[in-house]
Amino acid sequence: MTDLDRLESDLTAAIAGAGDEAALEELRVAALGKKGSISEEMKSLGTMSPDERKVMGPKLNGLKARVTEAISARREELREVALTERLARESVDVTLPVRPGPSDAGRIHPISQVIDELTAIYSDMGFTIAEGPDIETDYYNFTALNFPEGHPAREMHDTFFLPEKEDGSRRLLRTHTSPVQIHTMEKSPPPIRIIIPGRTYRCDSDQTHTPMFHQVEGLVIDKVSHVGHMKWVHEEFCKAFFEVDEVKMRFRPSFFPFTEPSMELDIGCDRTGDEVRLGQGDDWMEILGCGMVHPNVLRNCGLDPDEYQGFAWGMGIDRIAMLKYGMPDLRAFFDADIRWLTHYGFRPLDLPTLFGGLSA
Amino acid sequence: MKFTLSWLKEFLDTDARLDEIVEQLTMIGLEVEEVDDRAKALVPFTIAHVVSAEKHPDADRLKVCMVDTGSGDPVQVVCGAPNAHTGMKGVFAPPGTHIPGTGVDLKIGTIRGVESRGMLCSEREMMLSDAHEGIIELPEDAPVGQPYAAWAGLDDAVIDIAITPNRPDCLGVHGVARDLSASGIGNLKEGRRPIVKGSFPCPVKVNLAFPEGDPLCPAFALRLIRGVKNGPSPDWMQRWLTAIGLRPINALVDITNYMTYAYGRPLHVFDAAKVDGDLTVRRANPGETLLALDGRTYEFDGTMCVIADAQSVESIAGVMGGEETGCTEETVDVLVESALWEPFNVAQTGRKLGLQSDARFRFERGVDPAFMLPGLDIATQLILDICGGAPSEVELAGVAPDNDLIIDFPFAEVKRLSGLDVPPAEAKAILTRLGFWVSGTGSIVKVAVPSWRPDVEGKADIVEEVIRIVGLDRIPVTPMPRAGHIAPRILTTGQKRTRQAKRALAARGMVEAVTYSFVPKPHADLFGGGKPELALANPIASDLSDMRPSLIPGLAAAAQRNADRGFADLALFEVGQVYEGDGPNDQKTAATGLRRLTAKASGAGRHWAGTAATVDAFDAKADALAVLAAIGAPVDSLQVSRAAPGWFHPGRSGALTLGPKNVLAVFGELHPKVLEALDVEGPLVAFEVILENVPEPKAGRATAKPPLAVSDLMPVRRDFAFIVEEGVEALAILRAAKGADKALVTDAGVFDVYRGKGIDDGKKSVAIEVTLQPREKTLTEAEIESVAAKIVDKVSKATGGTLRA
Repeated sequence: MTDLDRLESDLTAAIAGAGDEAALEELRVAALGKKGSISEEMKSLGTMSPDERKVMGPKLNGLKARVTEAISARREELREVALTERLARESVDVTLPVRPGPSDAGRIHPISQVIDELTAIYSDMGFTIAEGPDIETDYYNFTALNFPEGHPAREMHDTFFLPEKEDGSRRLLRTHTSPVQIHTMEKSPPPIRIIIPGRTYRCDSDQTHTPMFHQVEGLVIDKVSHVGHMKWVHEEFCKAFFEVDEVKMRFRPSFFPFTEPSMELDIGCDRTGDEVRLGQGDDWMEILGCGMVHPNVLRNCGLDPDEYQGFAWGMGIDRIAMLKYGMPDLRAFFDADIRWLTHYGFRPLDLPTLFGGLSA
Repeated sequence: MKFTLSWLKEFLDTDARLDEIVEQLTMIGLEVEEVDDRAKALVPFTIAHVVSAEKHPDADRLKVCMVDTGSGDPVQVVCGAPNAHTGMKGVFAPPGTHIPGTGVDLKIGTIRGVESRGMLCSEREMMLSDAHEGIIELPEDAPVGQPYAAWAGLDDAVIDIAITPNRPDCLGVHGVARDLSASGIGNLKEGRRPIVKGSFPCPVKVNLAFPEGDPLCPAFALRLIRGVKNGPSPDWMQRWLTAIGLRPINALVDITNYMTYAYGRPLHVFDAAKVDGDLTVRRANPGETLLALDGRTYEFDGTMCVIADAQSVESIAGVMGGEETGCTEETVDVLVESALWEPFNVAQTGRKLGLQSDARFRFERGVDPAFMLPGLDIATQLILDICGGAPSEVELAGVAPDNDLIIDFPFAEVKRLSGLDVPPAEAKAILTRLGFWVSGTGSIVKVAVPSWRPDVEGKADIVEEVIRIVGLDRIPVTPMPRAGHIAPRILTTGQKRTRQAKRALAARGMVEAVTYSFVPKPHADLFGGGKPELALANPIASDLSDMRPSLIPGLAAAAQRNADRGFADLALFEVGQVYEGDGPNDQKTAATGLRRLTAKASGAGRHWAGTAATVDAFDAKADALAVLAAIGAPVDSLQVSRAAPGWFHPGRSGALTLGPKNVLAVFGELHPKVLEALDVEGPLVAFEVILENVPEPKAGRATAKPPLAVSDLMPVRRDFAFIVEEGVEALAILRAAKGADKALVTDAGVFDVYRGKGIDDGKKSVAIEVTLQPREKTLTEAEIESVAAKIVDKVSKATGGTLRA
């Protein structure tokens, strides 16, 4: 074995045995550095005869290339090992729970959500949204709406009153959103297509009545709209709101002082299972009251009932929310129980739209 | 309004089944609330004959009966009733029968060793009454084997309908029958319409003591019937009255109740022997009292109308009679009153006295004025038939008003309002069957309104009559024309802001609550409310008494309720109305939120990655700013002041204002005294934004945003720490730093506030990071130093602070 052979086998063994990149670097310097063993051998080439050089040149260059290659291969190996160790060391317990983001914790109340759903549906039918104050006068809540003074229908409203004023008048909490009909007709000339969602008040309290509740009122005034159109509006609404293809409907004659003719709408439902299924079935559920706006109401707003006509309706927002989303008790709507709100509430980014589906 | 099927058939000739009648009632507007078809449960019960009843061999109180049920051999029944005896007729239930009174399904049993194959029943077991001292014993002629319910007349379904306030005519069975007949389900039977001639003048006179034109009692008719024999009313009448929940009392009283429910005609009967002299109908003298038929004593004021004799008040007009002059079994001479009363006054009297009655219910809705005298005659005839006696002539005071309303009705009105084309002949036929008188032949006819329909005033009412009888289901569904353009924006600014505020707060981890608009008065007082004009006159509960001036008290109470249930960390908000006064513009929309304990936007409670700190005023400030940003308020132009209202901690609260006066939002920690007064535990931070205070956005703004100005040059950031007096506000430092070179300094923020070692007492170190954005060329070190010196100089001048060494 020549010296060069020995040198190569020593170096190869040392490279293979290098434990880390630093040791490998030391070896590289010792072999290939300025004063490295191979470099020293290369220097000796200059002192050789051309023939010797012809032999030794390629040998030394081959040696240098092989050692360089071996170092670089070993370096790769060592890096791979080091990285594997580092990765193992850096491992975390991914089962640790993370904090939910704020928009996972936040909730929109079902009433707000349902009002947004109503808005999406009715705005598509060309309705805008009107609003009015909760504290009303007797005139707007009753008289203008054709409730005669002392009529039993007034008494049936269980009205909350504010204190009597010096002039004997007293304000009240609106018992329905209908006063806004009057405000709107007084302010805006027909054609009118509005819905009026809002808070309403009656002094009554049990499982299905709370002293405060929410109603949405609708009003159409023009020169042509009749009961047939009203049926269409309700049918379209019920299908869209309850997200069903067909709704069985039944209109029953009824009475409201501010409409004539008046009627109530029942929708078909099935109560045989655990939950009430809406739209079909052999039972009926009352969902809203409606009718053609009473001629006296039109007159009270300065409209000639022989020229103008239209219809109005009202329904309970809380009630249709309960029907659609299955809350059993109305009182819980206003109790602010975080468990109820989190369960029945809606995520902040779930904005109901017709193009995306109301509840989907 | 309750009646039975057989009672209806007194006035309606029909072969329709119960379910058809029920369906039709609802579809013509007489909504059926309940049908009690008692016959259904009583089908298995039959009449049986007890062939023999022997003592049970092993039990003294039991009997072994052999019962002939009318089919097959007698069956053996063990019976414990003391009145079971040989030869009696009773009611038998075979095994398998559901016994309504006990809820048990009957089985073949063995009682003390003797087999029993059925049961002889008591009234209680059949839920007919509470009687259970023995089994039912039927008369000897009861037909064995026949269904008991049918034989006893118990198969008469009770129908309960809801009568809307406009239909007093249907507060009597006769009126209901008329409506049904108009709808084609049978023919109206007028029934008995006697004309009774008196044989002597009525000895009791009636004086209507009202000034001319006072409508309290338009007419009053009275008749004496002498020599009656008052006792129990006939079975048919008792059965009907019992079925609808009225207790039979005696024939005279039962007849008035019958008249009320059969015809909607309330009457009153006085025992003539107890009436002193003539009757005067007048306003009560304040303080007068009457012991009424319900056993309670009522005191009147001067607005109420009464009927008095020479001595005292005898009856409350249109509401209830007096106990003193009531008819008893001893009554021999009876005065029958049929009168008309002013509806509003009856309603008010009843309401003030807290007295509801069948009479009031009808008079306040309006009874048929034309039926006053026919009703008196019908009642008289019933008394004569049942109790005998001799009638006087009618003493009549006042005049029953005529209903002379005639409406010009174009048939086209039906189509105009309903969309349904009803042939004039059909419309006319319906109106005629309902009692309207239609005259004329053209497209416009005259329609006379019957006296019993005070609700019908005009054309629209007649349209309703036609279409409700035709059937609303015949009206074709008609799509509304769609406006020929894409819908413009629907929401007003306020409506849009309400929605934006809600979603923004929910996206910050807050949960939306909806709380009552009324709060307890002490809470209203605490939050700047409690004005007398905002206190409910008739609150439903003392803790729901005043219109809220702020949403904070309701939310704070809700937070405490949740904490009491074990949910202590919570963030609630509400966007809703608050009331500054009772005028229409005093109602404002507040977006209010509240955070409790550690409910920060980044999460609440303990967590391995970092436990949440207790909420502080800055959480509330961040929420308020988030709302303001979401609804488009000019957040960059806001001033922060300490001008928060008194319900906040004075040192840990602030206000966000636009200009000197317009407060858009307040925020902070609630005042400890307020927490105590609300009886809630903190820490509690809250904010309130009044949405209306944020200015409307300018109309017609271009949609394009201003061009983006960015520099290719790297921004330079430099830190400064200033030692300042404790009272110096961070905003002053930042404003000074930003003002040092308005072109170069684009941002400045506080990254540390330090007190303690190395800083003198009463001072603090505030560290800020200032961002310099070069515009044209990279800044040299000298230029940066020069700006830095200006910043230090400006801050020192503005705040008295010094650069921290």
